[in-house]
Amino acid sequence: MLHIACPWCGLRAQSEFTYANDGTLIRPDLSNDSIDDHYNYVYARDPRRGIQDEMWRHSAGCGQFLKVRRDTLTHEIHATGAPQDDLDVPKDDRS
Amino acid sequence: MSRYSIFSLARNALTGHRNWPKAWRSPNPKPAYDVIIIGGGGHGLATAYYLAKNHGVTNIAVLEKGWLGGGNTGRNTTIVRSNYALPGNTLFYEHSLKLWEGLSQDLNFNVMFSQRGVINLAHSDGQRDAYKRRGNVMRINGIDAEYLDRDEVADMVPLLDTSPDARYPVKGGLLQPRAGTARHDAVAWGYARSADSYGVDIIQNCEVTGIDIENGRAVGVQTTRGAIKAAKIGTAVAGHTGHLGAMAGLRLPFETHVLQAMVSEPLKPCLDMVVTSGVAHAYISQSDKGELVFGGDLDFYPTYAQRGNFPRIEEVVETMLTMFPTFSRVRLMRSWGGVIDMTMDGSPIICKTPIDGFYIDGGWCYGGFKATPGSGWVFAHTIANDQPHELNERFTLKRFETGAVIDERGAGATAHAH
Repeated sequence: MLHIACPWCGLRAQSEFTYANDGTLIRPDLSNDSIDDHYNYVYARDPRRGIQDEMWRHSAGCGQFLKVRRDTLTHEIHATGAPQDDLDVPKDDRS
Repeated sequence: MSRYSIFSLARNALTGHRNWPKAWRSPNPKPAYDVIIIGGGGHGLATAYYLAKNHGVTNIAVLEKGWLGGGNTGRNTTIVRSNYALPGNTLFYEHSLKLWEGLSQDLNFNVMFSQRGVINLAHSDGQRDAYKRRGNVMRINGIDAEYLDRDEVADMVPLLDTSPDARYPVKGGLLQPRAGTARHDAVAWGYARSADSYGVDIIQNCEVTGIDIENGRAVGVQTTRGAIKAAKIGTAVAGHTGHLGAMAGLRLPFETHVLQAMVSEPLKPCLDMVVTSGVAHAYISQSDKGELVFGGDLDFYPTYAQRGNFPRIEEVVETMLTMFPTFSRVRLMRSWGGVIDMTMDGSPIICKTPIDGFYIDGGWCYGGFKATPGSGWVFAHTIANDQPHELNERFTLKRFETGAVIDERGAGATAHAH
């Protein structure tokens, strides 16, 4: 069971949360008509064996989205914050 | 390769089974090969076997970072079926099922393929209609399918809770009689032994750490056992296709997730087919050793750890017990996880890539085991001819850009939703 610290509700069990998406994706502006940019946003992903930023939603709690910095090899959660936060725990470059 | 037969069994029995030859060699890597297959699971070994058997390419190395079949070939729930509805999937999986039907004879290795039937339960009027339609699609394509009403399902699976009070009441089910299960390890061993007999080098404990590219062409790999050159490189690595693609500079439409499975303690024979439910997502069968083998959903977050978390185990068990309340006193013996490539439409990718000489076979989502023979067969064709077979010509990377996705579930571009 992962324990995820919701920035608004505190430490809660994984079962209250829903994984949403890769936390580094930024939707291209609607005026951007590059197929490649939209393809990259919708379909392509960076495989990260190690620490990655993710968006989760506290779906059975406050309902807010949050950013989670988590290790995909160990499941360790290093930091959480609001979606706009820059998490201040250093990333590693394992891959 | 010495053939296995009743005579070889008798001959070796006379010497106390101490003189069986090794089933495959354990060679050191040569400096160069015609083809390197990355991944020594079922798909990679099948690819090497069909390259040798169908296309006469035998100067092949299969590189495996751990041990043969230690990835998802040894971590699945062993279900084999071909009940797909969309063009691209339908005939591919049926071709694979036909290869399964002759596989033990072809490999001279008993893969214990048991065509015990797979039934998909329908729990609502809408699902009943969808399964009937899927059954019609299958039959039009020459694949066996039979829709059963609730009473027929109850006759066939007496332990299933088909009462109107069930948490998910059973309306009926789509049966594929030719589907079933196989012995997963035997598939890897059988392909390994046959590929080895053609001269294929199977190299274990050899992890690929880099892919060498010169002028847009793959020319070799870096491994934990040194650099190896090859004119053509194919990947068949469950859960790590995106990772290897990144080594070649490609950003691919995969997410890596963990799928758990579990077995109960062994029971007397009580469930003689595979039963699956798509509403309460669970699939269950009984192994030849008597264990109930079952699984359900992903853990639903990306991970490369080959283990999952307890909430999913709890949910899968609960789901299974809503279908079979009688198993509530059975003890769980083991659970495990395997990491899988989830694609953005739930269907695999078997194709050339923008890098010449670099081919990928991945994105098997929940269902790679059943595809093992077909996957190796078409991937071998793709590598040998540098173009896809008609059975995998839709499994491209391009389909996401062009919109020709093969989305059986209709879930859209959310990898873990398929």
